[in-house]
Amino acid sequence: MTDKKIRMQLQCPMPKLDFDVITLGHGSGGVLTNKLLDSGVFDVLSNPILDERHDGAIFQLEGKMAFSTDSFLVSPIFFPGGNIGELAVNGTVNDLAMCGAIPKYLSLSFIIEEGLKVSEFWEILIAIKGACEEAGVHVVTGDTKVVEKGKGDKIFINTSGVGSIHSKANISAKNIKAGDKIIVSGNIASHGMAIMSVREGLEFDSEILSDTINLNHTISSLLDSFGEHIHLLTDPTRGGIATVLKETAQSINLGIDMAQRDLPIDNQVASACELLGLDPIYVANEGLFIAFVDASIADDFLEALHKDENGANAKIIGTVTKEHPKQVIMESAIGGKRVVSMLPGEQLPRIC
Amino acid sequence: MLRVPGSKKNLLEAKAEGADIRILYSPLEAVRIAEDNPDKEVVFFAVGFETTAPANALSVIHAHRKELKNYSILTSHVLVPPAIKAVIDDEESKIDGFLAAGHVCTIMGNSEYHPLSKTYEVPIVVTGFEPLDVLQGILMVVRQLEANKAEVENQYARIVKEEGNPEAQKMIHQIFEIKNQIWRGIGEIPDSGYQVRPEYGGFDAKRKFQIEIPEAPENPDCISGQIMKGLKKPFECSQFGKKCKPTNPLGAPMVSSEGACAAYYHFSGLVEA
Repeated sequence: MTDKKIRMQLQCPMPKLDFDVITLGHGSGGVLTNKLLDSGVFDVLSNPILDERHDGAIFQLEGKMAFSTDSFLVSPIFFPGGNIGELAVNGTVNDLAMCGAIPKYLSLSFIIEEGLKVSEFWEILIAIKGACEEAGVHVVTGDTKVVEKGKGDKIFINTSGVGSIHSKANISAKNIKAGDKIIVSGNIASHGMAIMSVREGLEFDSEILSDTINLNHTISSLLDSFGEHIHLLTDPTRGGIATVLKETAQSINLGIDMAQRDLPIDNQVASACELLGLDPIYVANEGLFIAFVDASIADDFLEALHKDENGANAKIIGTVTKEHPKQVIMESAIGGKRVVSMLPGEQLPRIC
Repeated sequence: MLRVPGSKKNLLEAKAEGADIRILYSPLEAVRIAEDNPDKEVVFFAVGFETTAPANALSVIHAHRKELKNYSILTSHVLVPPAIKAVIDDEESKIDGFLAAGHVCTIMGNSEYHPLSKTYEVPIVVTGFEPLDVLQGILMVVRQLEANKAEVENQYARIVKEEGNPEAQKMIHQIFEIKNQIWRGIGEIPDSGYQVRPEYGGFDAKRKFQIEIPEAPENPDCISGQIMKGLKKPFECSQFGKKCKPTNPLGAPMVSSEGACAAYYHFSGLVEA
């Protein structure tokens, strides 16, 4: 457990409850629900809007806004580097950041399979609290439901979020033009391989950690410096960087040229991919983003990103081109060229 | 494997309908699942060339040792040398040389390829899988052809020994025996597959569950047999890119990204046919 997490656990010790697993009664809206929510969710995540405990959250937001939602089904719910809780916060925070927004408020919904240990639920709550504090966002409304054993998989979480668009942001795929540089903010495939290493039936010893982290402060700072020279931001979660690049190429009707040797990847992750026969460009990422930027600022953008704690391994990985529209062509390590296509199926289910 | 089309559906569709189908990286994991779930029948789909046979054999050895009653394997193992022979034997075949599969030879060694090379006068180079391995293997075959030679060479010498892996071979022969096998797109090739020996019949899913596998009707539009013999290129197939795509494959070469048809498909529209 990281120092931050240990501190959080000490600040918010698990309350003494007279139950140690969550049952159907806890989701039915009665006394047990109140016990779980009062001693748990509301206490841990307390803020003035949430504390109203109204059916919905009432707040003021100025100007252009972004709104995003995501559901989190990752299995297992605890993995090297984090748990489903921080994934749920960081996922929506990052999606808002990809829109060029400053994330502000989140909704948080749980669907809990009966039998989930309260201690595990507590650990997830603490992770959510920690992730919210890191990102500077608040959970202002939510919901808790419990389903019968076998009708869920421990816990599913949905978060939706709103944020105000950064004054200098002008994010749209329509702004991408031939010559734009494509930059990835860090090492690829870490999250997916961290999950693989503990997925039942595939376990292997490794020190690979998930890279889940909130990226909004990093993005905000880049928007401050480069504003509308940043044409598109996107986070390559499921399907990896290949899927996001291919989808973008198809939507803008331009081509993308890239080179395998330019892809930043941790050695252990690369070895694990080779061991399991997985192509790292299709493996899920979490604390990573891809930026399409004007060529004129690409080098400065990269330099600024290198100085950020979330961008130390950032690299320019490709260029947008008029050639071969809708196709992503990657030069392999030995100089041959290959077409990067969409994966016809799931390499691995429920990785985020 | 999940997407290989069956007669009516594929395993992915069966999984979506509720069947308990799991992807594992090791058959020993299936043995563990059987041990942990004594009230469930666990069947491991034991597919592949000689490469995967030792691990599958080992899983039966383990299950036998643990006296498990709920573990069995459904075998569909095929052997490379008879397939090479079937391809060369075909008068129409246009194949001039072979890159023998490096991992198959890691297990079985190179001895079965010498008689093939000599009888049919074809170069056979045992090759690895890295891009440089494949390039070097091709170069070695081309050099032999230009020098009018026909021998077995070992490009993958850093892994493959002439005698292969005797321990692995012992395991295979303990559990499996050779039988005739039907190959999709080619037909029956004699002595080209493995089946579980009768003395291990309790671990043979076919025997245990009395499974009769009827000959699957091949899709009449699928020309994979001709493609594997070098008689036709994938884009010469009437269904290539139309009814037959990686998302809806009509035959095996379109399913896996390593299949000839899938490889051609990914480059369609970019290279001149």
